[in-house]
Amino acid sequence: MKILSIKNIIAASILAFSIIYSLPTFFSDVPDWLTSINAKKMNLGLDLKGGVHFLMEVDLDEVTSSKSKKLSSDLRSQLRKEKLRYRNFNYQSKSISIEFFDAVNYKKAEELINNTYQNTFEISRNNDNQMMLSISEKTLNELRIAAIKQNTTTLRNRVNELGVAEPIVQQSGKTRIVVELPGIKDTTRAKEIIGATATLEFKMLDEDSDPYAAEDLNENSFNSKLYYYEETPVLLKRNIMLTGENIVDASSGFDQNNRPKVDITLDNPGAKRFSEVTDENIGKQMAVIFVESKAEQRVIDGESKRISKKYEKIISIATIQERLSKSFQITGLDSSDEARKLALYLRAGSMAAPMYIVEERTVGPSLGADNIEKGKISVIIGLILVLVFMLYYYRVFGLFANSALIINILIIVSIMSLIPGATLTLPGIAGIVLTVGMAVDANVLIFERIKEEVRNGSTPLASIELGYKKAFSTILDANITTLIASIILFIFGTGPIKGFAVTLSIGIISSMFTAIILTRILADTVYENNTNLKVTKLNI
Amino acid sequence: MKNININFNFMKWHKKAVYLSSLLIFISLISIFTKGLNYGVDFNGGTLIEISFENNAPIDDIRKYLKDNSYEKSSVQYFGSGTDILIRMPNIISSAEATLSNTLLAELNREFSFSLKRVEYVGAQVGEELRDQGILAALIALALIMVYIALRFEYRFSIGAILALLHDILLIIGIFSITQIEFNLSVFAAILAVIGYSLNDTIVVFDRIRENFKSAIAENINTESLTNQSINQTLSRTLITSLTTLLVLISLIIFGGEILFGFAFALITGVIIGTYSSIYIASSTLLMMNISVKDVVIEVNEDSP
Repeated sequence: MKILSIKNIIAASILAFSIIYSLPTFFSDVPDWLTSINAKKMNLGLDLKGGVHFLMEVDLDEVTSSKSKKLSSDLRSQLRKEKLRYRNFNYQSKSISIEFFDAVNYKKAEELINNTYQNTFEISRNNDNQMMLSISEKTLNELRIAAIKQNTTTLRNRVNELGVAEPIVQQSGKTRIVVELPGIKDTTRAKEIIGATATLEFKMLDEDSDPYAAEDLNENSFNSKLYYYEETPVLLKRNIMLTGENIVDASSGFDQNNRPKVDITLDNPGAKRFSEVTDENIGKQMAVIFVESKAEQRVIDGESKRISKKYEKIISIATIQERLSKSFQITGLDSSDEARKLALYLRAGSMAAPMYIVEERTVGPSLGADNIEKGKISVIIGLILVLVFMLYYYRVFGLFANSALIINILIIVSIMSLIPGATLTLPGIAGIVLTVGMAVDANVLIFERIKEEVRNGSTPLASIELGYKKAFSTILDANITTLIASIILFIFGTGPIKGFAVTLSIGIISSMFTAIILTRILADTVYENNTNLKVTKLNI
Repeated sequence: MKNININFNFMKWHKKAVYLSSLLIFISLISIFTKGLNYGVDFNGGTLIEISFENNAPIDDIRKYLKDNSYEKSSVQYFGSGTDILIRMPNIISSAEATLSNTLLAELNREFSFSLKRVEYVGAQVGEELRDQGILAALIALALIMVYIALRFEYRFSIGAILALLHDILLIIGIFSITQIEFNLSVFAAILAVIGYSLNDTIVVFDRIRENFKSAIAENINTESLTNQSINQTLSRTLITSLTTLLVLISLIIFGGEILFGFAFALITGVIIGTYSSIYIASSTLLMMNISVKDVVIEVNEDSP
């Protein structure tokens, strides 16, 4: 056997690779050239470095129902604008039925809908004049995807304002978002900031109707809705002039009277529309409403369900003095703290849908350090026990197996530090510990086979050859089935469990290389190249 | 070096082993259905708070405080040492569910001086999902493994392997039910790892049975003694691997801390039960299904033309 065979060269490269790439994890001071080849420390999970993990559920039903409500009111006003006459317009959760005056109006409306709302609705004709519209599944799906995307972006913006190093905000499944904030201490504030859905709405006062009369009737009219401002009833027009969606920047501060204020900057379409409506309404009163959605749990039919409830509070009513455009300020906030928070929410963008926390895992920094220490100790002691046992039981071959075992750990560490997003968790360390115990199995299988061959009277070299050959299919079958279990664990597991599955899978695959190929090279080098000595006995 | 080279008649007892296992499974099932499992917040939902005190934790004061301040449903216990305590609260139906831990911690902070170690909150829906996903994952893993073994060996081998695995899983869950040790996500991960481990053992034995059957094609040796011979041949390997795995697991249960206790405990019981089951349950099943030399050899001939 040649020292410079292809097998040896490949094995040596893997060895060199695993040593180089696991260096940064074991030593904190590493030369610059290691960083330049992308060798870095293993990422630690939150359970090891401390921090908080949130799983947020996005209420997508709320999005689809509020969006379909909006579509229905848009459609209604468009029909009116185009003077298409109908007898009856009925909106009911995600579907609309319209009874037109006659077939001519029906035809025109159908054209209008097909032109302006391409593929948004599915239209069916009940009879000559009655049209049934339902929002297409495709549209609803697009809405859901857009909503969760927007929430993720907004959350990311808000989290960035928290000033946490390396936060993670990413979508998980169809309706959830994972937020991970390493090293954060004040989880109360974090919850408040990521959970809030506050935004602003601007509406005109309905100055033609009497709010007290509306209060007595306790009934909202077609055009306006009853609100309270500083305990007096006011009627606001239903039409929303501007929402937080058009706000691109906001900052808090104090106005000349030392009252808290928020300076607002609008995007171009928002600025254009806002300057038009304020121009039309100079001298009239406009209200700024603080809108917040909160999830509430209720028991409905014996099942607990979450309902998003909208809280609206008028923060100021002011007479429009002049045409407003891109930048303006609002006042009327309770405190500078409220102004600061509102500015943050507006700046980060609005949430497309209400969200609530469905899972939280917080690990304090002391526990994280504690876990690292415990993990280290159990790996080291477990490893030493196995190394001592193998050396005692298999002598020279034990040495081969031990080298393979240590290299196996180096390979796991180097691969873990290279895979982007792979993190080492406490269960992950347990996975390494378990791999240590199980990785020697392949060697035990081979060595026991070699012993058997020796007992059966084969020559030492033939015993090695046969031992490796006969044990191979067993090792392969055993490892593939274990790999199946750990891959399933990776697919279905969450968080720390995934970490366990990752180290276990990497460990199984790399143990096949170290236990079969590496130990064989070592055995061959020791016994086969030893031409001076005639090998008569294996030290096993 | 000394060799473990015994020739023990394992299969003599294979029927007795089946009776013993059936009895143990029966006891496990009774406990699972009557006592149930002590699910952690992972599967049951709820809030868990671990706090640490400088000196001994004033557990009675905290119990009293919780009782007096309408947290009656919470439970308090020491965790690991006398300085750490664990507070568990079931999910309450309100909008404040997710912030319950913050409210309670803020209140406790006014009365006591401690440092926060961890908070876990799992909503009821998420807990249910984790449980469903776990069961699904275990079933998919079992099904795939069964298919793999049926393809590589023969269908009777895969039935033997699956029965051995079900046996292991039921007994581990039974032990968790009897001892009422908390059953959480990491215990679940340990059980899946046991599936992998026990299967390892089973396959090593099966592989040897297959090999011995193949070489015995001409001779008329009875199946039971061939099976017995295979078990004896792989016995030293089975024991050594179990020993090395147990060595690291013992290190893990002693030094890994309270959080990994359940995990390490499940694996230790799993390794012991798995070693037993791959010797007795898997092989007994083969014998009971009347597997013969012919079955395997024909299979192999088809496999490798």
